[in-house]
Amino acid sequence: MIESNLPALQVVLPLIAAPLCLLLRRSTLAWLVAWSASWSAAAISIAILLKVLSSGTISYAFGGWAPPWGIEYRVDPLNGFVLVLVSVVAALIVPYARRSLLAEIRSRQHYLFWTAYLLCLTGLLGVTITGDAFNVFVFLEISSLATYILIAYGQDRRALVASYQYLIMGTIGATFIVIGVGLLYLMTGTLNLADMAQRIAQMPLVRPELAALAFLTVGISLKLALFPLHLWLPNAYAYAPSVSTAFLAATATKVAVYLLIRFMYTVFGQSGIFDNLPFEEMLIALSLAAMFLASIVAVFQDDVKRMFAYSSVAQIGYMTLGIGLANASGLTGAIVHLFNHAVAKGAIFLLLGCVALCVGQPVISKMSGLAKRMPLTAAGLVVGGLSLIGIPGTVGFVSKWYLVMAAVEKGWWWLAGLVVISSLLAVVYVWRLIEVCYFREPSQKMSEAKEAPLSMLIPAWVFVFACIYFGLDTSTTVGTAAIAAQSLLESMQ
Amino acid sequence: MRGFRVLRVIAKLLIPFILIFGLYVQFHGDYGPGGGFQAGVIVAAAVIFHALIYGLPHTRRVLPEWVVETMIAVGVLLYAGTGVAAMILGGNFLDYSVLLHDAVHGQHRGIFLVELGVGITVAGVMLMIFYMFAGRARSKYSEK
Repeated sequence: MIESNLPALQVVLPLIAAPLCLLLRRSTLAWLVAWSASWSAAAISIAILLKVLSSGTISYAFGGWAPPWGIEYRVDPLNGFVLVLVSVVAALIVPYARRSLLAEIRSRQHYLFWTAYLLCLTGLLGVTITGDAFNVFVFLEISSLATYILIAYGQDRRALVASYQYLIMGTIGATFIVIGVGLLYLMTGTLNLADMAQRIAQMPLVRPELAALAFLTVGISLKLALFPLHLWLPNAYAYAPSVSTAFLAATATKVAVYLLIRFMYTVFGQSGIFDNLPFEEMLIALSLAAMFLASIVAVFQDDVKRMFAYSSVAQIGYMTLGIGLANASGLTGAIVHLFNHAVAKGAIFLLLGCVALCVGQPVISKMSGLAKRMPLTAAGLVVGGLSLIGIPGTVGFVSKWYLVMAAVEKGWWWLAGLVVISSLLAVVYVWRLIEVCYFREPSQKMSEAKEAPLSMLIPAWVFVFACIYFGLDTSTTVGTAAIAAQSLLESMQ
Repeated sequence: MRGFRVLRVIAKLLIPFILIFGLYVQFHGDYGPGGGFQAGVIVAAAVIFHALIYGLPHTRRVLPEWVVETMIAVGVLLYAGTGVAAMILGGNFLDYSVLLHDAVHGQHRGIFLVELGVGITVAGVMLMIFYMFAGRARSKYSEK
């Protein structure tokens, strides 16, 4: 019974846990509920991925109504991989969050934070697992609304403005997505993504399809913060509580990238809509702009969280670059970079949360001498930074290697060169941090600081170890990503 | 509104009828127009009406904030719980057909429970939004 219902339980468990947190009201009890729900969700997602890899795509009919009429949950290697990423990251952050929340949020609001956290997780998992276009929109709204709350809990009053800014942009994005879905429904008469893909492939190309593609692309790009639609992201990440920043940076934009892949390849893949459209060129141009401009802006930030937020915009550029390249290596690089960037940014933002706990708002001038007082935190930041640059032996290298390969396979040597040059920009901002942390004397406040508690350091260092482990042993991540890329490209023919 | 006797009496007369109409919309949703969302809004409107006439502090005593918060959670749990019950009885999530001895009755029971959950949560959320906005203005004026 449980095994056949795993796809539903994946989403339903956190959905049930969220109101439970609201009922229990106690900070500790809510935390325990969040702990058990997120770890079970992680176990379920791993079970689902293993099942998909061994026996092929899973389809689950919601409410017993057969697809394409009812809502279908459909897991293939691609979204199985993303499910594991989202739920494992969420599970690792929960034990970390206890101390960080005590320091940053009033304890009588903790249960509300956990409710929003679990609802956000529900939404993100739902977007990933569902095979129904309207369901995608519904879950996207659940996760977005919860995200606005998670951001608004920031101590800084600017968190409210940042959250509001994201609310406006996010709502515009969601509206565009629902208009796109509506147009597709109008044209095909179905909401099931797989069914929709087949019908679009058989239809002559008409203008509403182009409009649907345009609406969906712009809407999803707003959500994933593709340059130049990234304006909401730096403030949201900078002023949100440390826990929210780490969770959102590692999961929310990744799910949006998944959604872009899903619509571009699965839904529109067979339609031939891209034959007369400079879609891939446009995506590559915007990705390059993100990689360079966002990295340059990152170099000049004083707030370290803001700096890494701009770096996230740049790193998202690498993912969309891989999607735009549209060959096996590029797509593999994009999918594996979803994972690799989540791991690296998760590590960095969790460690910045440790800094926030022990020293205060992580501003670059206040972090001088960090390595002397908090050696483990500083060392972890260095490893995370090296992954962002793409030094061999870290996860960042693996994904950039595949992107360079993809560019070379197309014969675009200039693009391979640009990927490498943009990595040099990451060196600049990461070095700025290392220089302050390692080669300056501790400031007054820093010299009183102690290393962060183990309950925070251990989850953060799990991410740091993952940065190195998956940089050396790429068989799991790249293996799964390659299978996913293969199945996407096959479905296009 | 202390001086407006007419308003206070009319409100006292009307509120029970609004609540009954809310229940009618809730439970008649299976056969005619209506359903959980509309019913939840109507019930919430009755309470908001009470607050407009008798003042927010009074309404907060009748329906404290923690009750409203519990309503929000209970409705969602009722919805999801119905789904899980279907799972335990051997169907898929939210497959109401297995809830009772035959499929038609099962579907009926399932929709009934789910709509009740929707109604409770919608009423709770509407009231919470109202409490938040109304309470905010009050604390602002009391500071002056």
